[in-house]
Amino acid sequence: MTKAQIIEKVAEQIPTLTKRQVEIVVNTMFNSIRDSLHKGDKTEIRGFGSFRLRSRRMKEGRNPKTGTTVSVPAKKVPFFKAGKELKELLNKT
Amino acid sequence: MRKADIANEIFEKVGVSKKEAADIVELILNLLKSVLQKGESVKIAGFGNFMVRSKGARKGRNPRTGQEIGITPRRVVTFRPSQVFKKYVNQ
Repeated sequence: MTKAQIIEKVAEQIPTLTKRQVEIVVNTMFNSIRDSLHKGDKTEIRGFGSFRLRSRRMKEGRNPKTGTTVSVPAKKVPFFKAGKELKELLNKT
Repeated sequence: MRKADIANEIFEKVGVSKKEAADIVELILNLLKSVLQKGESVKIAGFGNFMVRSKGARKGRNPRTGQEIGITPRRVVTFRPSQVFKKYVNQ
């Protein structure tokens, strides 16, 4: 399911909001998660999961085309950990 | 940041009450969960993709006692952040 489809579905369920408003809501939601990590904070959503940054050390990489060694600098990567409720939901029989 | 903070941002951006904002957040999260439960992926442009992967049975060990235990097959959610998201957090 894509973001556009999510907006469509949610707009159907909330007739008091226009599709444009729902679009802003959905964008705001994901943007605020993104911004929180950008600021070095984390986001914990009960029942769904948490988003935080993980650090990656600098490493030696290789240019696959030329074979020359290049160093890949240390960086942060966004990481999502599914919450208990979501994990259980996926494994309900 | 927590769910209430997200609802608050929505309250400030869209002309809805705090209660409505909180309800919409809940609605969206429930939709995402039900999509993932069906085994379907969720793709958010500029943010990333949530995918469901199936894991087979394997043997594990209790790290404290060293006792071997079986790990049952299960489904897990993985998140792959988009290029935009990855770049943004390193700026």
